[in-house]
Amino acid sequence: MDKGRVGDETRVPIGSDVDILTARQRGRALASELGFPNSSLVLIATAISELARNIVLYAKRGEIVLGRIERDGHQGIQVTARDEGPGIPDVGLAMQSGYSTSGSLGLGLPGVRRLMDEFEIVSGAGKGTTVMAKKWKR
Amino acid sequence: MKGAGSKPGGSPVATSESTTALLRELVAHLRQNRTGLREEWARRITEAKLLTAMTKDEVFAEATSVYDNYVEALETGTFEALQAYARNLSERIIPRGVQTDEVVGIVLLLRDVLARSLFSRYHADFDKLNRILDAYEPAANRIAITVAVGFVQERERTIREQQEAIRELSTPVLQVRERLLILPIIGVIDPQRARQLTEQLLRGIRTNRARVVVIDITGVAAMDSNVANHLVLTVEASRLLGATVIVTGLSPEIAQTLVNIGVDLGKMNTVGDLQGGIEEAEHLLGYKVVPVSETGTPAP
Amino acid sequence: MEVPILKQGPYLIASVQSALTDADLLQLRDGLVEKVGRFRSRGVIVDVTALDVMDSFASRMLRDIAHMIRLRGAETVIVGFQPEVAFAMVQLGLTLEGVATALDLEEGLAFLDQKIKGNERGQGPRG
Repeated sequence: MDKGRVGDETRVPIGSDVDILTARQRGRALASELGFPNSSLVLIATAISELARNIVLYAKRGEIVLGRIERDGHQGIQVTARDEGPGIPDVGLAMQSGYSTSGSLGLGLPGVRRLMDEFEIVSGAGKGTTVMAKKWKR
Repeated sequence: MKGAGSKPGGSPVATSESTTALLRELVAHLRQNRTGLREEWARRITEAKLLTAMTKDEVFAEATSVYDNYVEALETGTFEALQAYARNLSERIIPRGVQTDEVVGIVLLLRDVLARSLFSRYHADFDKLNRILDAYEPAANRIAITVAVGFVQERERTIREQQEAIRELSTPVLQVRERLLILPIIGVIDPQRARQLTEQLLRGIRTNRARVVVIDITGVAAMDSNVANHLVLTVEASRLLGATVIVTGLSPEIAQTLVNIGVDLGKMNTVGDLQGGIEEAEHLLGYKVVPVSETGTPAP
Repeated sequence: MEVPILKQGPYLIASVQSALTDADLLQLRDGLVEKVGRFRSRGVIVDVTALDVMDSFASRMLRDIAHMIRLRGAETVIVGFQPEVAFAMVQLGLTLEGVATALDLEEGLAFLDQKIKGNERGQGPRG
């Protein structure tokens, strides 16, 4: 058994750039297992990469949780990025296209929202950040 | 709660046990009279002018299979085999134009033929007839629903497949010269078609090693801002693959939509019509079209 | 995994073999920028055919490589983007503006040949 896998969830601790790679490879493998087409695998892996990168850049450490989901007979994948870092003071501003606190690096949250079907973010100054994104199989 | 002696759920078990016994008796009756009932059913089908797309022999052969599956479903109380058969039957008869009402019609006819036969078998014992019919009705209804739903699902699947095929056909990626692709788009572009179009184009660029692509949207009257954005993304993605995209035939409405979404005109190469677009593409590829009478001049 | 950089005539060819960490990308950038001077190269090709994900950092590195190589007096072309990868990139807004791209190695070489010939027109043959 994969030791990062609890029940139907895969947890990948994020603390360095190598972990970004691990997270997106695990996510891609899970999505492939779920039968997503190749074009979607790329979108999902890219979204995971951006979310993991945000953790490394802004919170130093956190985790990516990957899981399969189902609704009305449709299968999908859920990606949760969680950290206890400084948080985002103005989530609305961060979700505006083109916004980033460090040049064009990281915080590609509007981009992640475009790559996935559903997107939720909970954050606040000093409260850490949790992003939950879903992609459904068509 | 019932009295102390009766265990919980005792009476439903007793009922279902007697139902099982009745169904067993019923099945035995249907097996015994298989030949006669089958023929009667086939006759009624012909009389009601159902399944007219099929020959008499075909109708009888299918009637036999449906009859046996029907009796088996009554006997076992499981519907998987019947479901599979209904799907298989639908697959065979849908291409021949058999309609939903015909399929529902023949199943209801069978139900009627069998009910009549039960009536004539048990009419002397009215109480028994009632109990037999009580056992028969729910099972027969479930069978009718299983077959009808199977047919409709199969038809929907066929329709979806046909829609998919039409979509593929409606966005051909054509190679007109080496390294030059043309994508003429006609009709309404919804988000799904837009996505499919992009995938086909990007794959086409790779397989044909295209350097220039002309996307002609003369046949598209309007597009919403989502689709317009998608078009811009497609142009940008094509460039990442090393291909230049020329968009031709923009209607005034689409031009307006593109301006509204704030398209970067530096990224979007547009030419008035398809002919102009192809000329521009040939120019980019280093071709020069010369009338035959002038071929005496040395080529560049 | 380190990306091998091959010298091919006047060009450098970096052919990415597998997924790259940020550290690998930084090493690639520094290696190319250093070697382009050492070998007096005229052009650089980065082949990303093997990459199945191109996120913001990787795109930023490709752009930085192209710009730094330009400042060092040579041209860069990125080749081999997979169709799916290209579409994911533009959805993230990563369009690599101002960076030359080509379908594959062969097209990349043709691009550099033409570009360098164009730059040298009237300057005589190069050694």
